[in-house]
Amino acid sequence: MNRLYGPLDDVAGDAGHVEHPPRVGFFTDTSVCIGCKACEVACKEWNAVPEDGLDLLGMSFDNTGMLGADSWRHVAFVEQPRRTAHQDPAFAGLPTGPSGIPETAGAVEPRLEAAPRGGSELGTNPLPPGGPEPQELGMPGFSRPGDLTGPESRTDFRWLMASDVCKHCTHAGCLDVCPTGALFRTEFGTVVVQQDLCNGCGYCVSGCPYGVIDRRQHDGRANKCTLCYDRLGDGLEPACAKACPTDSIQFGELDELRERADRRLAQLHDLGVSEARLYGRDPDDGVGGDGAFFLLLDEPEVYGLPPDPHVPTRDAPSMWKRAGQAAAAFLLAGAAAFLAGGRR
Amino acid sequence: MPEAEFRSYYGRPVLKAPVWEWKIAAYLFCGGLAAGASVVAAGADLTGRPALRRSSRLGSLGGLLASLYFLVSDLGRPARFHHMLRVLKPTSPMSVGTWILSAFGAGAGAAAVAEVVPRRWRGTWPARLLGRLARPLGVSAAATAPGVASYTAVLLSHTAVPGWNEVRDELPFVFVGSAAASGGGFGMLCAPVAEAGPARVFAAVGAAGEIVAARVMEHRLGLVGEVYREGHVGRLRKASEALTAAGLAGTLLVAHRSRAGAAASGIALLAGSALQRFGVFEAGVASTKDPKYVVVPQRERVDARTAPS
Ligand code: SF4
Ligand code: SF4
Repeated sequence: MNRLYGPLDDVAGDAGHVEHPPRVGFFTDTSVCIGCKACEVACKEWNAVPEDGLDLLGMSFDNTGMLGADSWRHVAFVEQPRRTAHQDPAFAGLPTGPSGIPETAGAVEPRLEAAPRGGSELGTNPLPPGGPEPQELGMPGFSRPGDLTGPESRTDFRWLMASDVCKHCTHAGCLDVCPTGALFRTEFGTVVVQQDLCNGCGYCVSGCPYGVIDRRQHDGRANKCTLCYDRLGDGLEPACAKACPTDSIQFGELDELRERADRRLAQLHDLGVSEARLYGRDPDDGVGGDGAFFLLLDEPEVYGLPPDPHVPTRDAPSMWKRAGQAAAAFLLAGAAAFLAGGRR
Repeated sequence: MPEAEFRSYYGRPVLKAPVWEWKIAAYLFCGGLAAGASVVAAGADLTGRPALRRSSRLGSLGGLLASLYFLVSDLGRPARFHHMLRVLKPTSPMSVGTWILSAFGAGAGAAAVAEVVPRRWRGTWPARLLGRLARPLGVSAAATAPGVASYTAVLLSHTAVPGWNEVRDELPFVFVGSAAASGGGFGMLCAPVAEAGPARVFAAVGAAGEIVAARVMEHRLGLVGEVYREGHVGRLRKASEALTAAGLAGTLLVAHRSRAGAAASGIALLAGSALQRFGVFEAGVASTKDPKYVVVPQRERVDARTAPS
């Protein structure tokens, strides 16, 4: 049981690896992320991921936009009109504002609409220049909002930064649907595309409930984070984790990372950061738990993550059952039509 | 419906829009046509309707060849299409479908080739062998046709795309209805009225099933129903229903007495079926471009779970 859905203790073993190392992954603690993008750069360097545009996108300091075939790490920047939690726990109970300042989102919107795939190809391509007029956003700036006009007009403000990555799901939608066997489960329990097998059918792109994997333009094959499979083989940690100066990205054995994350969560809650939460840590969630999971300071959707994803394979038995019923009805209709018509 | 309140990352999509192009929608139609026509062809063969048999076998092969073209050319690496044949993977509807299509294609292809062997080769032993095998091969195609007609619904629904995933209970019925309507409609278009009786019944049952299943599907959908009703997709689907309904009416009322009426009804059914496929395809694509269809239902689920009961 649990091969299609639900908790699964030994992913690599389930995939057929006999003697295998323990499952590894990432714990990304976004509460200490400083938005330096060292992870993005290290990943590109080590994995020779092509350049895909260096534009600022009008979304705070984000110039990557989204994970994609050419962006295997993406640092999200969210600006919110509230204080950083630990400064004043009294604010913890207040409702949080919308992610990003409305002006910023408004400036991006026409360009998102002009993009052929609604902007989900970002991280692979810069957004087309679209929309009415280029807008003066007055940002990015290095002074806090209200600084210039005196302390009395200062507003509450906090920045959320988070380095997103492929989740290396326990039940990976991309892997399940790949018809060539190009996507496979490694002995470390991670999910990797074999470039020599992928024929670019694109099924994985729609199979991933997190919008991670994409087909690389001009190459035609699917690409995503490999959790630095080559480095793991040599006993090295992945390039992003190695480069992260604050240990926001922590690499290790998944069991150990989960314990560490639980301790960090308890610590933050003790400090009054009640909005801290873990995302993807729970083996009972819709994908059986993520190999790469996160500590977030707001709801997942604020960072562009789905709040309650599930692997489509969960419903495979019932979908095939319905298809079987429909197929039977189809055949029955055909047979009945000719039986009623008789011989000629 | 009031505008849904939700939060997102600068309004950006959460999911990747499918990389599939219109060719996949065209494949859905052609594959359905090939399946429907092969059932009609086998039935016509077994009940002594040679004109209906011949045209349906050829129609089935035509649909199959077009399907293969659309499928292969939509790949990022078309020259590697045969990598699909490396494995049979039950968790991948595309892999399962590849094998269903291969089994179907062998039978449907051979049966159609038997129809077009030139007169001067008919006496040769391979041609005589093929002639004898045409019936069992055609029947084998008809036996696998229900798989071809229905697996494409699982293909779409077995994704994270809200507009496809959330119609998983009804889509197989919409698609087999559409396949039967197009297969029967094709027989009505190509064969004389006297032979096409069973094709009319098959088409009518399919068209009625398609209309009902599509209505149920749309009715049951929550927020994501918007993408099925609004804008370009809404127009496609309205046109599809109108054409299918007109084709159904024509099939029931005039197709048994007028050759022209039968042909017109057949064309309407074919067009209705094609628009149905494009409508469903585009609805899924549209549902990935707006984060609302991902975030709102998932947020509701989370809130329902965490709410104090
Ligand atoms: S389904 Fe998406 S997040 Fe999960 S392993 Fe595949 S690409 Fe990564
Ligand atoms: S695009 Fe490549 S990796 Fe993705 S499902 Fe198709 S063959 Fe597999």
